[in-house]
Amino acid sequence: MSDSILRVKEISKSFSGVKALDNIHFDLKKGEVHALMGENGAGKSTFMKILIGLITPDSGEVLLEGENLIGCNVNETLKKGISMIHQEILIVPELTVAQNIFLGREREVSGKKGLLSGWLNDSEINRQAAALLDKMGVNIAPKAKMKHLSVAQMQMVEIAKAISNNAKVIIMDEPTSAISDKEVGTLFQIIRDLKAQGVSIIYISHKMDEIFQVSDTISVLRDGKYIGTKNAAELDQNALIAMMVGREIDQMFPVATQVFGQELLSVKNMGRAGKFSNISFNVKSGEILGLAGLMGAGRTEIARAIFGLDPWDEGEINIKQSPLHARTPREAIDHGIGYVSEDRKGLGFIPRMSVKDNITLSSMNNHRKGGFIDTHSEQSVTEKMIADLKIKTAGTGQHVTYLSGGNQQKVVIGKVLLASPEIIILDEPTRGVDVGAKFEIYKLIRSLADQGMAIIMISSELPEILGLSDRILVLSKGKQTALLTRAEATQEVIMRYAVA
Amino acid sequence: MNRFSKLGQYGIFLAFALICLVLAFSTPKFFTISNLLIIGNQVSINALLAFGVTFVIITGGIDLSLGSMVAVTGVAAASFAHPDTYPLIVPLLVGLGVGSAMGAFNGLVITQSKVPPFIVTLGTMTIGRGLALILSKGRPVSNLSDEFNFIGGGNIAGVPFPIIILLIAFAVCSVVLNKTILGRYMYAVGGNEPAARASGIRVSRVKMWVYTICGLLSALGGILLTSRITTGQPNAGAGFELDAIAAAIIGGTSTSGGTGTMTGTLIGALLIGVISNSLDLLNVTSYYQQVVMGVIIIGAVVLDGVGKKD
Repeated sequence: MSDSILRVKEISKSFSGVKALDNIHFDLKKGEVHALMGENGAGKSTFMKILIGLITPDSGEVLLEGENLIGCNVNETLKKGISMIHQEILIVPELTVAQNIFLGREREVSGKKGLLSGWLNDSEINRQAAALLDKMGVNIAPKAKMKHLSVAQMQMVEIAKAISNNAKVIIMDEPTSAISDKEVGTLFQIIRDLKAQGVSIIYISHKMDEIFQVSDTISVLRDGKYIGTKNAAELDQNALIAMMVGREIDQMFPVATQVFGQELLSVKNMGRAGKFSNISFNVKSGEILGLAGLMGAGRTEIARAIFGLDPWDEGEINIKQSPLHARTPREAIDHGIGYVSEDRKGLGFIPRMSVKDNITLSSMNNHRKGGFIDTHSEQSVTEKMIADLKIKTAGTGQHVTYLSGGNQQKVVIGKVLLASPEIIILDEPTRGVDVGAKFEIYKLIRSLADQGMAIIMISSELPEILGLSDRILVLSKGKQTALLTRAEATQEVIMRYAVA
Repeated sequence: MNRFSKLGQYGIFLAFALICLVLAFSTPKFFTISNLLIIGNQVSINALLAFGVTFVIITGGIDLSLGSMVAVTGVAAASFAHPDTYPLIVPLLVGLGVGSAMGAFNGLVITQSKVPPFIVTLGTMTIGRGLALILSKGRPVSNLSDEFNFIGGGNIAGVPFPIIILLIAFAVCSVVLNKTILGRYMYAVGGNEPAARASGIRVSRVKMWVYTICGLLSALGGILLTSRITTGQPNAGAGFELDAIAAAIIGGTSTSGGTGTMTGTLIGALLIGVISNSLDLLNVTSYYQQVVMGVIIIGAVVLDGVGKKD
């Protein structure tokens, strides 16, 4: 167990000037399960992409049994023995299990040379797949079509594929995010078998209980930096959380006024089958409610349901004491709800339309003059919004696609504001936004609350949640686990409820 | 914006001007008023259909049923256009009404079923052709009134009436696209449909409108054609949809939606007309004309692709 198989030295990587990874060290021993922990945005996925050759780092080395892998592409690292089981499983649904396992390696399997090498040998593919699955002890028919399998079974097939590639290192990215508890048991058994055969596993998960159940060693990344490596036995949940979040909040956040008005939105026992259930909270005029939780906890789903983008089936929503079940965003907007999506490119703006056309898109009824568009009022409203929000653009006619992330976000916020909302839901408002613009967006959010709006802010960045929120609702796996006051909340407390 | 994107934007206008210039010198007959009016007259039907399909393509859709709608609306209008039966307004309203209804049907199926527009309109293309044959019992509807025949064959102060209709339709379509909220929403829906919906735009309503407008303009084309050939032909208009789509694409409308102008489409239709006219004047057979037209369509999209690279 002591000899190391994969050694990572001084890896750094920047994206357009922002350091995603800063001097990372990582040491993986033969036959160990090594958990890699960190908050969203800590740099785990960039690190994994470097290991499998998808991204080339700016500096540093990745040594697999002493051989430097930097410069290898995905196929080469795969051949040398690093396989990754992706969170979103990559398979061809219409092909069979066996065909998927040996996809791209049909020539090797057929064993034929020359002209015949292009000839498929399905019986040999099936035979080898059956042997492989049998050895793993899983009961999946090699001839079954991939699309008929459960998510857990698909994962098993991916692992079989990795084994058939003679993988020495298997990276598993959130392998339990979509499978049942029973299937998790099967997965863990396979992981133990692999370990016994000397395969090393890098295990990424947000679920604390799993980490302690399955891993031998734990390494932590935070803000692109390597924080440390400990034996799993030396750590407990609290110590690990402290390693993951241990940072100080500086003066980045504006001061709260703490004067609230009437209740603008109340949600009672709201639920949507399979997504979230029993959600209850309210937001008052002037208040910022933070929605904390890990990815997939149901935060965005709740926001989308309130805004009429997704259906919901249980409970009730009241806007200023009167019930609303918005079925379209139009209905929600007309009742004073605004939504700034986490998916700015997908849901936020129209890339090939101008700043003006984007910013007025939700409030065109204010610029209607006898059936035509009143361009003058549009123009003056846009200019005022550009000045108010300090949007950096070449002009009102500039296409939004050419603006920076922070300015695109401001255009989206401007569009929402022009529809005169009383309740604004901001979903990851500073994602992909640089630090300077972040500060401006924080100030803006606070000033909107001070103007009497009720704000719901979803964020995966705990400092942001703690710095801005007046109260914090914590979600875990679609359930509400805590509603904390500003005084009660610390990063450790929130994390504890987020993984509950 | 770089050099190439500007080229992509104005390329079609430059190409059109250049071709006209070359023709003016090489074929003396080209730049005569009578020849220009012939071109305008020939282009008018394709241009009307192209305006309609431009709206559709801007929203990210497609309409393959244009040609069939030309036939149905032509037959329907002709059935009410025999001499001394109904006043002229009746066949016109019948034709336009049938076209709008068929377009609205396209829109309804597309928005309610979530089946791609390509498939839906492929279906209605066949349905339309069948309806035209049913309505006419498979025979041309002839013996139409003089007033009705004036629409496609008459002229005012020497200008063919179809050209006048074309210019009015162009003006109205340009205004709808550029000056109304509906037009703005069309660009938004085609540019990013989920974002348009999240911005509070009723996407289905916008789509209903564009397919209905497209049906209406097809009906106008159908009436023009019927009047010009003085018969309602159930087999008329076959393949017209492809010429109309070609005009829109040559004019810079992107098939992925979100961009396009009526001026571009008009130039696209004129370019097609001018090229086939000049090849006629140069005694080039229609076989070669098709090859040339295909090259131009691909060339226009390549140019458009160059313009989009940032």
